[in-house]
Amino acid sequence: MTGSPLIRALDRGAVWFVLVLAAVGILVPLLNLLLPESSPWHVPTYLVALWGKYVCYALLALSIDLIWGYCGILSLGHGAFFALGGYAMGMYLMRQIGTRGVYADPIRPDFMVFLNWPELPVYWYGFNHFAYAALMVLLVPGLLAFVFGWFAFRSRVTGVYLSIITQALTYALMLGFFRNNFGFGGNNGLTDFKDILGFNVQAQPTRAALFAASVAALILGFLICRTVVASKLGMVLVSIRDAEARTRFLGYRVENYKLFVFTLSACMAGVAGALYVPQVGIINPSEFAPGNSIEAVIWVAVGGRGTLIGAVIGAVAVNWGKTTFTSGVLAPYWLFVLGSLFVLVTLLLPRGIVGTVKHYWRVWHERREVVAAERAEAAPKPAE
Amino acid sequence: MDAHTTSALLYLDAVTVSFDGFRAINDLSLTIEPGEMRAIIGPNGAGKTTMMDIITGKTRPDKGDVFFDGGRHDLTKLDETQIAELGIGRKFQKPTVFDMHTVEDNLRLALKGDRTARATLVWRETRDEQVRINEILATIRLNAVRSRVAGSLSHGQKQWLEIGMLLAQDPKLLLVDEPVAGMTDVETHQTAELLKEIAKVKTVVVVEHDMTFVRELGVKVTCLHEGSVLAEGTIDQVSQNDRVVEVYLGR
Repeated sequence: MTGSPLIRALDRGAVWFVLVLAAVGILVPLLNLLLPESSPWHVPTYLVALWGKYVCYALLALSIDLIWGYCGILSLGHGAFFALGGYAMGMYLMRQIGTRGVYADPIRPDFMVFLNWPELPVYWYGFNHFAYAALMVLLVPGLLAFVFGWFAFRSRVTGVYLSIITQALTYALMLGFFRNNFGFGGNNGLTDFKDILGFNVQAQPTRAALFAASVAALILGFLICRTVVASKLGMVLVSIRDAEARTRFLGYRVENYKLFVFTLSACMAGVAGALYVPQVGIINPSEFAPGNSIEAVIWVAVGGRGTLIGAVIGAVAVNWGKTTFTSGVLAPYWLFVLGSLFVLVTLLLPRGIVGTVKHYWRVWHERREVVAAERAEAAPKPAE
Repeated sequence: MDAHTTSALLYLDAVTVSFDGFRAINDLSLTIEPGEMRAIIGPNGAGKTTMMDIITGKTRPDKGDVFFDGGRHDLTKLDETQIAELGIGRKFQKPTVFDMHTVEDNLRLALKGDRTARATLVWRETRDEQVRINEILATIRLNAVRSRVAGSLSHGQKQWLEIGMLLAQDPKLLLVDEPVAGMTDVETHQTAELLKEIAKVKTVVVVEHDMTFVRELGVKVTCLHEGSVLAEGTIDQVSQNDRVVEVYLGR
């Protein structure tokens, strides 16, 4: 372990992965925009939007893998940070509608007019500016994670107890956001978006650009995670995961380390949510549903926790499966498929897809080294 | 004796702790002088490990004083991390190394240095750190396996690695809980040599069951029983004590 943290972060696997992601992020929008629909290489717009959604899920999975795979914090409420980021973006998009809404009010979104609210609540101020909304995308999930983590980690809440209170957190937020007087559109949530930064959200070029932006965010998120886990801080995280008490006796402030990654991870989840909302066109309280957060953990488990690349692959693979299964004769059985997938992965593939590949690669490599060493041993030694 | 004027590195006075009414430590008093090496023996449940827990801040005593470094620090008011920062290192009864890290990385993590999250994020290894790690690897005889993951080491090697991690922390006081449990005779002998070497420059408290090993250390022995000191002195004095024979060594 030498060299600067950034150089350490970019091992061969990471470089390849970033290159593949970049290629996808550039090629898919180009194949969509430049080729005529008749071309066999043309990527239809609906696929761009669908894959864009997967990319956002992949970023959410990455944020979960950072805390679960490397620090042993199993958050079953990460969907909450994703949804909060989504709501922050949704609020910006709502304020962009302006007079084009059903009630044509220049300031208040439709649901406020409908509920007879005389004016815009204070916490909606500023969301007409993209920069402010973008800041909130990071700040709101980050701040919640910081405060939540501050209390949880200081009180040494770990393991299943922490998982349960993260579930409670997202459930409580869901109930809150369902209420009309909470000020976020109640159970309808925020929808009917028109523009983002002056471009029509429905337009083909905007969708292509959103896809590229999502991939860029995923690459950035991956690089941040790699830098963290390849640093000495990453070593401490793994130590906390494997032997928390031992790490404490070595003199490391375990709660500070946990707080750092937990907050970082929540910010990443928030960005994922913010990119997700304009691509699906709606954000509502069901995004806070505890089941969503659990599903995201399953993606990571399937792909292989503690591998980062696995989280991305798991998220895309499981969601691709979900799309395939829920749009055919098998639709009613999707939850059974998901459930059995989790059971089977836990029983047969506890390292996940990428973890298993890595493991056998290492075993094969070590065996080859041993054989080489034995051969060198057997060979006559040169005269000294 | 007033705790604040003591010269002792570690000073325990009338310490009592109970778990659900069971007095694990009962009016225990013990002083360790700077530079001393002390062996602690006693039957199972005598409170040896609980005593370690109190010194390292894992358990808070119900009553009594625990002072460190000539009475300068009241250990009952500090947590594990603060106590570790003061310079008390601990080796656990069951060897606990970081299985997923290499031998070298285990030492790197233990090596004295800035422990804040910010410092570890931008950390780069210095020349001094490399030199120190090589020295420790030589001392604990694990140079050949330095890049193997610690989880693949033998039991004895893990014990040594943990002692090496203690050294890397460069503490003032080393608490070593059962360092030779599960070791072969040769390994036990080597460990005794290693600890004697360390004791030349450090203050060491060793908890151990293995009487041959304790005899080999040749230091002052304290025998605990039911949470308090039963006998103290040289190994010969202690092992001839009637009460010690009765409760611990057996007739």
